[in-house]
Amino acid sequence: MKSAVIVFPGSNCDRDMAVALGAAAGRPAQMVWHKDAALPPGLDVVALPGGFSFGDYLRCGAIAARSPIMRAVVDFAHRGGIVLGVCNGFQILIEAGLLPGALMRNQTLKFVCRDVMLSVETLDSPFTSAYGNQRLIRVPVAHHDGAYVADAALVARLEAEDRIAFRYADAAGRATLEANPNGAVGNIAGVLSENRRVLGMMPHPERLADPRLGGTDGAPLFRSLVEAVSVAA
Amino acid sequence: MTEPEVNQSLAADHGLKPDEYQRILDLLGRTPSFTELGIFSAMWNEHCSYKSSKKWLRTLPTKGPQVICGPGENAGVVDIGDGQAVVFKMESHNHPSYIEPHQGAATGVGGILRDVFTMGARPIAAMNALSFGEIEHPRTRRLVAGVVEGIGAYGNCFGVPTVGGEVRFHPAYNGNCLVNAFAAGLANADKIFYSAASGVGMPVVYLGAKTGRDGVGGATMASAEFGEDAEEKRPTVQVGDPFTEKRLLEACLELMASGAVISIQDMGAAGLTCSAVEMGDKGDLGIELDLDAVPCREQAMTAYEMMLSESQERMLMVLRPEKEAEARAIFEKWDLDFAIVGHTIPEDRFLVRHGGAVKADLPLKALSGSAPEYDRPWVESPPAPALAPVPDMDPAEALERLVGSPNLCSRAWVWQQYDHMVLADTVVRPGSDAAVVRVHGMAKALAFTSDVTPRYCKANPFEGGKQAVAEAFRNLSATGARPLAVTDNLNFGNPEKPAIMGQFVGCIKGIGAACEALDMPVVSGNVSLYNETNGEAILPTPSIGAVGLLASLDEIIPMAPGEGEALVLIGHSEGHLGQSALIWELWRRSDGDAPHVDLRAERKAGELVRALKAEGLITAAHDLSDGGLAVAAAEMALAAGTGVAVEAAEGFAPLAWFFGEDQGRYLLAAPEAAVERILADAIAAGVSARRVGRTGGDMVRLGASAVALARLREVHETGFARLMGEA
Repeated sequence: MKSAVIVFPGSNCDRDMAVALGAAAGRPAQMVWHKDAALPPGLDVVALPGGFSFGDYLRCGAIAARSPIMRAVVDFAHRGGIVLGVCNGFQILIEAGLLPGALMRNQTLKFVCRDVMLSVETLDSPFTSAYGNQRLIRVPVAHHDGAYVADAALVARLEAEDRIAFRYADAAGRATLEANPNGAVGNIAGVLSENRRVLGMMPHPERLADPRLGGTDGAPLFRSLVEAVSVAA
Repeated sequence: MTEPEVNQSLAADHGLKPDEYQRILDLLGRTPSFTELGIFSAMWNEHCSYKSSKKWLRTLPTKGPQVICGPGENAGVVDIGDGQAVVFKMESHNHPSYIEPHQGAATGVGGILRDVFTMGARPIAAMNALSFGEIEHPRTRRLVAGVVEGIGAYGNCFGVPTVGGEVRFHPAYNGNCLVNAFAAGLANADKIFYSAASGVGMPVVYLGAKTGRDGVGGATMASAEFGEDAEEKRPTVQVGDPFTEKRLLEACLELMASGAVISIQDMGAAGLTCSAVEMGDKGDLGIELDLDAVPCREQAMTAYEMMLSESQERMLMVLRPEKEAEARAIFEKWDLDFAIVGHTIPEDRFLVRHGGAVKADLPLKALSGSAPEYDRPWVESPPAPALAPVPDMDPAEALERLVGSPNLCSRAWVWQQYDHMVLADTVVRPGSDAAVVRVHGMAKALAFTSDVTPRYCKANPFEGGKQAVAEAFRNLSATGARPLAVTDNLNFGNPEKPAIMGQFVGCIKGIGAACEALDMPVVSGNVSLYNETNGEAILPTPSIGAVGLLASLDEIIPMAPGEGEALVLIGHSEGHLGQSALIWELWRRSDGDAPHVDLRAERKAGELVRALKAEGLITAAHDLSDGGLAVAAAEMALAAGTGVAVEAAEGFAPLAWFFGEDQGRYLLAAPEAAVERILADAIAAGVSARRVGRTGGDMVRLGASAVALARLREVHETGFARLMGEA
C-alpha cells in the first residue's frame, strides 16, 4: 500500500497517522505539504490527519479545504482513490465537499479527550472490512467541534445507503445519549462517501493501534486498507 | 507624540523603588530617557531579575552526572542516554490568569513551550499545577473554567499532550490563583541551542508573530501585589495564538537543523528588551537594534512600546550571515515574519534606534549585572499549634467524604479537556501517580509528575519543601521510573515581609536538602513573588515538576491491582494527622505540625519499590499522600474496578491509621505467594513493610467499616462536575 499524509501547517497528528499507516503497510507513508499542487504518483491511500490545520479559529477545516493540495485530493477521490480523514481531516473533507453534513461545536461546549466505544456499523468499505466479528471497538476522541449535524433527509439517506461507518455506543453496542461525547445526530461518528472510498471520522483510530498504548482497536482499520488495496492490485 | 518627563514619580509608576531609581541615575550619570526607564523597569523587576530570591536560589543543588545544563538558560537539560536529552522547565503565569483566565493560562502554556523549543527540543509533554480559591468564592468557578479552557485551547492546538498536573482549592488563593505550566521536550544531547550570542557584526533576527501593544509592562505588573484595581490591569495580559506557535516551533527546528542559528532566545517577559540583553550579556557583546525594522501589527508604535511589548510567539536569533537566504526561505514556507532588526557590536552597549533617533543608549551588562540584589530580612516561621484531639468518625464514612471532596475528587473533568494523547506516545495517561510518555521510536520512556502540599509548607516550610520533592520522587518511583531531576516553580507572597521571606527561605532549604538526598538536582525554575491581594498572601506553594526515566516500558508499575491480591504497606507509620487532608477537608482544621520527611528512608523505600518490580514480585503500586492509606487503597480499587479490604492496626486510633499522612510510604499489590519475599527484601533493605489487606469483592473495607466501591466511584467521579455546578 502506497499512502500519503497531507501536512497542513497546524496538523499535529500527521506523524501519528504516518506511524499507523506505515506499520500496517510495511512501508513508510509519504508526507505531502499543503502548498504542493500535486500528489505523488501511484498512491493508493491519502490521509488527512488531525490537528488544527490553520488554527481553526473560525470554521474548522475551511481554510485547509482551499489549500493547493486539496484540489489534487478531490481529483484523487473523484477518480476512486481511497481518502481517510480523521478529526480535523473529517472537518476538511466536509469543507471540501467530499462528504455531506457539517461538524459543529460539541454540545458541552468543551474540548473532549477520552476513549469512547464505537459500534462498527458496516463492514462494506475499504476502512472497515477487517473488523469482522469485532463490532464494538474502543478508540479515543479529542476534539472541540465534533458534533456531526445532518438533516433528517440526509440521515435517512446515509442509513439507507449503509454509509454510516461508526456510531458512538455504550458497552452493549447501543447508540445511547450517554454514549455520545459531542451531541452528534444519531450518534454518528464516521460517514462514507457515495462510492464508499472516502471516510471521515471524529475518533482517532491511529491513537490505539499499538498495544503499548493500551489498545489495538484502531489497527483493523489500517489492516482493512492494506487488504482492500492488495485485493484491487 | 511627546514622551512623559522622567522623574522619580514616573519611576515609581514603573515599579522602581527610590533607591533603585537612584542607582540608575548613578549608573548613567544622567536622567534616563523614557524608553530607557522602561528598559530598566523591565530588567529590574522581580520577575526578570530574581532580586529577592537569587541569594537563596544559589544554595540549591544543580549539578549531577545527568545534568547537561542547569538553571540560567531557557530550560534545564538532562541526559537520558543514547545521545538524547530531556529539556524541561516550569513557569508561573499567576497574575495574568487571575485577571484574564483563558488568555492568561493559554499564554503561560505558550511561554513554557517556547522556552523548551528555543533550546532545540520538540515538546513531548506538558503539565500544569493549578491553585484556586475555595469553590464557594464567587470568582472561583469562572477562573477554573477559564484557566482549564485556556490551557486546553493552547496545548491542544499546538499539539503537545498535557499529561499531568495538580488542581487544588484553598481560601488562601481566593484573590490570587496560581497557574504553573510545565513543558518537557526531547532533543539530541549534542544539538542543544543556547542564548549566548557570539561573533561581532552578526545579524540579529526577529522571528515569528508581529509586535503589538499587548502585554506592555506585563512583567512589571506580575511583580506587584494586587489591590482592588486588578481588573484594570487586563490590557497588560497578552493574547495567545497557538497556531502561530506551532508554526514557529516547526520553523525554528528546521532552522536549527540547517545550521543557521548561532544563538536563540524567546521573547517572553519584557519581550525584545529581555531577549536582546540576555543574548548580549551571555555572549559578552553589545547589541544594536533598529526598531524601524521590527514587524508591527499596530500603527505608530513607539520605541517604548516595542521594547516592552509582550506580544506572543516571537523569537530573537543571532544568525550565521551566509545562511540568511536559507533561513528566510524556511520562515516564508511557514508564513512567519523574518526581519533583521540589528547586529552584535563589540562594545558593552545596548543601542536602540527608532525613526532616525537614538532612543536608548545603555551599558548592556549593567542591565542584568547591576540589577539590584536584596538580602531580605526574614524570620523563621513559628511552629504550628499542636494537633487538637480529632473527633471520632466511622472510617468508611470519612473516606466517602474525602474522595468526593474538592481536593481529592477525580480530576478527569479537567484533563479530559486536554488532549493528553496527541503524538501517540502517552503510555500512562493522567490520573495515575506519574504520567509516562514513550520516547518516540525508542524502548525507553519518561515519567512526569508535579507535586507540592502547600498546607505542609505553611505549617513548616522546611519540612514542606522537603515533602514537595519527596512526593515527586515517590510518584516517579511508584510508576517504576528512576527520578532524574526537578524544576521548581516557587510561588510566595510579598518578600518584603519578613514572615513571607521566612517561608521562602524555609522551603528553599527543605527543597535543597531533599534534592541533595534524593539525587534530583534542580535544573530550571521560576520564582513568582507578590502573590497577595489586599495584603493576604497565598499559602507558600513551591511546585515541583519532576522527570524520571524508564529504560523500558516493562519497568512501568501500574496503579491498578488484580483481584485477590495481597496489599503490602511499605514505609513507617505513626498515624500523623497534623495538617492532614482529613482534618482540613472534613473539619476545615489546619492544626498540628506537617509530617516530617526522613529523606534516607524515603530514598530506600523508592529504591525498594523499583527493585521489587524488577524482581517481578509486585503487580501494582501507589504512593501514599493526601488521605493516607485509606485514600491510596480506594484509588487503587477505583483504578482496578475491584474492592479492597484494609485491616485495622493494633496500637493506632482508626482514623490515624487509615488517614495519617506519614511520609515515605507506598501501597503495593502482589500475589499472595510473593508476600513473604517482599517482606524479606524490605527487611534486607532496612525498610518497614507489613501486609495490610487484600483486593477483591465490590466493597472498600477499612477494618470493620465498609462502603460500596460503586458509591465511592459515584462521589469521586461526579465530584468535580458538582463543584462546577454541572451535576
